[in-house]
Amino acid sequence: MATVTTPTRAPGGVAPVGYVSAWSRWANEHRKWLFAAPAMAFVAALIVFPLAWTGYLSLTDAEGSVRAESEFVGFQNYVEVLSDTDRFWPAVARTVAFTGVALLFEVVLGMAIALLLWRPFKGEKWVRVAILMPLVATPVAVGMMWRLIFDPNIGLANQVLGWVGIGPQPWLAGQHSALPTTIFIDVWQWTPMVVLILLAGLTSLSDEPQEAALIDGASAWQRFRHVTLPLLMPTVIVAVLLRGIDALKTFDILYATKGRGGGSFHEVETLNVYAYGLSFDYNEYGLSSTVLILFFLIIIGSMWALTARKKGAQR
Amino acid sequence: MKPRSGYQAFRVVALAVVVIALMAPLLWMIAASLKTNVDIYDTSKALVFSPTLDNYGTVLQQANYVQFIVNSLWVAFAATVLSLLLGVPAAYSMSRFNMRKSALVVLMARVIPGVSLLVPWYYVFSNLQMVGGFGVLILSHMFVSLPLVVYIMMGYFDGLPTELEEAALVDGLTHIGAFRRITLPLSVPGIATAGILSFIFSWNNFMFALVLSGADTKTLPVAIFDFVGYASIDWGGLMAAATVVTLPIMLIALFVQKYVVSGLTAGATKG
Repeated sequence: MATVTTPTRAPGGVAPVGYVSAWSRWANEHRKWLFAAPAMAFVAALIVFPLAWTGYLSLTDAEGSVRAESEFVGFQNYVEVLSDTDRFWPAVARTVAFTGVALLFEVVLGMAIALLLWRPFKGEKWVRVAILMPLVATPVAVGMMWRLIFDPNIGLANQVLGWVGIGPQPWLAGQHSALPTTIFIDVWQWTPMVVLILLAGLTSLSDEPQEAALIDGASAWQRFRHVTLPLLMPTVIVAVLLRGIDALKTFDILYATKGRGGGSFHEVETLNVYAYGLSFDYNEYGLSSTVLILFFLIIIGSMWALTARKKGAQR
Repeated sequence: MKPRSGYQAFRVVALAVVVIALMAPLLWMIAASLKTNVDIYDTSKALVFSPTLDNYGTVLQQANYVQFIVNSLWVAFAATVLSLLLGVPAAYSMSRFNMRKSALVVLMARVIPGVSLLVPWYYVFSNLQMVGGFGVLILSHMFVSLPLVVYIMMGYFDGLPTELEEAALVDGLTHIGAFRRITLPLSVPGIATAGILSFIFSWNNFMFALVLSGADTKTLPVAIFDFVGYASIDWGGLMAAATVVTLPIMLIALFVQKYVVSGLTAGATKG
């Protein structure tokens, strides 16, 4: 498009801007970076430098105040964190359990609901509205809402269990039931996200392979297992990737339902909650930076593994 | 393909269960916000109660929520406008010049855990005396919304044919002129999608505001979190506060459903 160098007035009446000045010519010639650079500089300034600083802090004994002096201690923090079976490794296990179980339920339920919604029907609009509501609701408010519903004494959950003759459960208040309950909340809020993504994928599939399978006498399950699912696999992996990253980083509902340290027994303390607590409740900046660097490596690692699978599925 | 009637019956029942499971908790929250605390503790009044707006009075007047609503609106609005200003041209360049690696840099912001950036931000901004001000809050929320805008708009520009711009160039417009007069007006639906999503994500953001906001700049999610004191919880007030923050965003989503859905699923099916 570089051939247009001397703009003339357009016949349609719209006055062209033209290269009215040297600045205009320069701007047009450099528009690629003129447009992209501000956004990239903004993100880079807020990522690269802070991440480098976090990396540096992880090698120091910084604690207390952000202005306090700190000393370089090498990999001492890493040794300390990686040998910490009291808080660090349980937090890793909870993060993996939370993400794995929540993802499993979200993908299976999300697939089921997406298949139910696939073909048009009356009242479709209302179901879609209901699916959107948990997604846009503020996570902190959602956490508070479930706190009331799961309250052992006055909550709706135990009331409903009472109607069917099951005794009251401690839910969020129980040492062993708290994590599963927060997983339930995550599944409630984010399964709709998986539904929307898979539904977009299903709608973009062509009908022909389905019809061919139907003519060949394939059952509904066979059609799903051998036709729909393989065709939808790339979209499933996108859904797992997007949801997985966010599930690993879950903070709002955990902090809203159990508060500091993930509860008095650290029942729901995942890596993100642990790192947040180290940073802003205990001001252990050196240690928290170490945890964060390790956490970051875990996220990058799992993303890399999934993207590799996606490439495999597309081949 | 017409599914059989047995499946249709199953489908209606199953979808009804899904709708109830998703909506009942939210309706329960709204119902509780209209009850006195006595009625909330009385399980026999679960569904039948005389509604009152007292909790909203408590929240809006005594707990100063009008101020927090204004704060949330201002931060979300400013972060959205600035993200669009920076993000839309960037997405255009990245789409037209196929700058996939540069796009990856911006999208990294979606992957990195927010906490790992908060400590250095806190370091820097507290030395600049900016912690507790609106500036740093808006910057941190832009960090959430800008990648979203770039991601959604790149997909949108990828789908716009380049022929119109080429015709405009032939008619004598400059490249930037063609972007401003041809491409931007055509991109209004995409910009609306990106703007709405950016507003929702900023409105709902909790962690950045928890660390970076001050008493005067507190946003609604932080205000709700602070509502839970150390003593017994004022459930009615808490549910009213939760309703105050979620209901507006749910109404927005209701009216611009199409945009929200296309924004949330942007790029998901391209592989």
